[in-house]
Amino acid sequence: MIEEIYAERILDHYRNPRNYGKLKKYDVKARDVNIPCGDEIEIFVKMKGNKIGKIKFTGHGCAISQAAASILSEIAKDLPKKEIEKMSYEDFIKKHLKINITYRRFGCATLALRVLKNALKKL
Amino acid sequence: MLDMNKIKKDFPILRVKINGKRLVYLDNAATSQKPKQVIQKLVEYYECFNANIHRSIHTLGEMATEEFEKARKEVAKFINAKEEEIIFVKNCTEGLNLAAYTLAREIKSGNIVTSIMEHHSNFVPWQQLCIRKRMEFRVADINEDFTLNYEDLYSKINKRTRVIALTHVSNILGSINDIGKVAKEGGDAYFVVDAAQSAPHLKINVKKLDVDFLAFSAHKMFGPTGVGVLYVRKDVAERLNPFLYGGEMIKEVYITKTKWNKLPYKYEAGTPNIADVVAFGEAIRYLRRVGMNKVRAHDKKISKLALRELKNIRGLKLYGPTKVKDRIAIFSFNIKGIHSHDVAHILDSEGIAVRSGHGCAMPLMRRLGVNSVARASFYIYNDEKDLEALIKGIEKVKRVFKVD
Ligand SMILES: Cc1ncc(COP(=O)(O)O)c(C=O)c1O
Repeated sequence: MIEEIYAERILDHYRNPRNYGKLKKYDVKARDVNIPCGDEIEIFVKMKGNKIGKIKFTGHGCAISQAAASILSEIAKDLPKKEIEKMSYEDFIKKHLKINITYRRFGCATLALRVLKNALKKL
Repeated sequence: MLDMNKIKKDFPILRVKINGKRLVYLDNAATSQKPKQVIQKLVEYYECFNANIHRSIHTLGEMATEEFEKARKEVAKFINAKEEEIIFVKNCTEGLNLAAYTLAREIKSGNIVTSIMEHHSNFVPWQQLCIRKRMEFRVADINEDFTLNYEDLYSKINKRTRVIALTHVSNILGSINDIGKVAKEGGDAYFVVDAAQSAPHLKINVKKLDVDFLAFSAHKMFGPTGVGVLYVRKDVAERLNPFLYGGEMIKEVYITKTKWNKLPYKYEAGTPNIADVVAFGEAIRYLRRVGMNKVRAHDKKISKLALRELKNIRGLKLYGPTKVKDRIAIFSFNIKGIHSHDVAHILDSEGIAVRSGHGCAMPLMRRLGVNSVARASFYIYNDEKDLEALIKGIEKVKRVFKVD
């Protein structure tokens, strides 16, 4: 059922994104787009030791990509860098988005995590 | 009036169920579905007369060549060109690039004029040519009603204009541009027309339009993928140098020089996509039997109904002309607060196929102030029921997103 993908929680994160905006002081930032639909996410990270201290994102795109970025920003805070590096895209969808994503929306659902992983590589 | 029952029966894919629902295929601007006559022609080619063309003396070679050239004849007649003016390429994009590469050897300085409503394939080749040659790249704007701003276009054309590259119909806005008029006002510049969206819907007469190049794709007009057409006016085709070198396009080769084959072979290097060209000939015959006048009449009828219905949907913004005469049945829109990608995904759950995204027209998206649009595009097998399904589908999108 299509309504399961557009669950209340997803719509809420889409409309009221958490940690939306830019960090004035950050250690790394990264940006990427999802070519088929033009979703765009930029993530700013300020580290606290080996952990993610502060994280913010900006961007635009479909409900899935934006909700995923918002949810990621919530769970990533205080996580050790390693955890993000280790996190598989499938696990992120299953454990954190908690919706059934098929191939065509995989890029939307994983854009934010891809950007965050790329940002951390620059550290 | 079209015989809708008969037409629907010609397209086997319309029987396919999507998510348990009847397929409502409204992504025709991306590619059309194929009638069984075209599919059968492909099978027939491979089963009965597959051979290389223009080189084999045996019977199969002769049959394949004959069918291939018959397709060329069909295409020529379809747009009122001469056979030698029809060059088969792999798609509209390749046709436009062929035009850009051959013209690049002709022109040195000055400017190239195009419009903000171009598909990337009639924008980037010219933009890049201008960058390489340090020429000026000029982009004409659109009006508030999403039609081409002719005043702006003419103000950009001057004595130094070498090429005018313009789309006949916008793949996003659906706007029809008056190519004949621009040809008259355009002066001495080469005139290159992107007919990817017009050839499937409008009767084209290249002699009347008086253009130098005109390109389109078979797959948007019932033909297979992998075939495009580039019309090049004879005198221009004779004067310019070929784009690709190789087999087929050659008359004589010496150690130090080569003589080109006659038109149109001069521009068709290597073994072409024989099967798909042959099947494309069948697609043109199909369109001819239906009649382009009827195709257009149907398109207008759907446009009129769609404009009326879409106007009533709260929160829906349409990007395209509101007068039927200015447009074809391509409807790009956004629903307030909902991304086009989500619109398309939810419509798909109802069996409705629409496009979402930037539609390969990023400069236009920026001009419209959006990142993407949802696009419903109709063809002759779409009827009022399909439109109704779309309208109901859009209501569902709004329900899922809890907006009204
Ligand atoms: C206006 C326009 N021009 C060019 C093209 C390119 O066609 P193709 O991808 O078949 O080369 C398209 C197809 O999307 C189009 O709509």
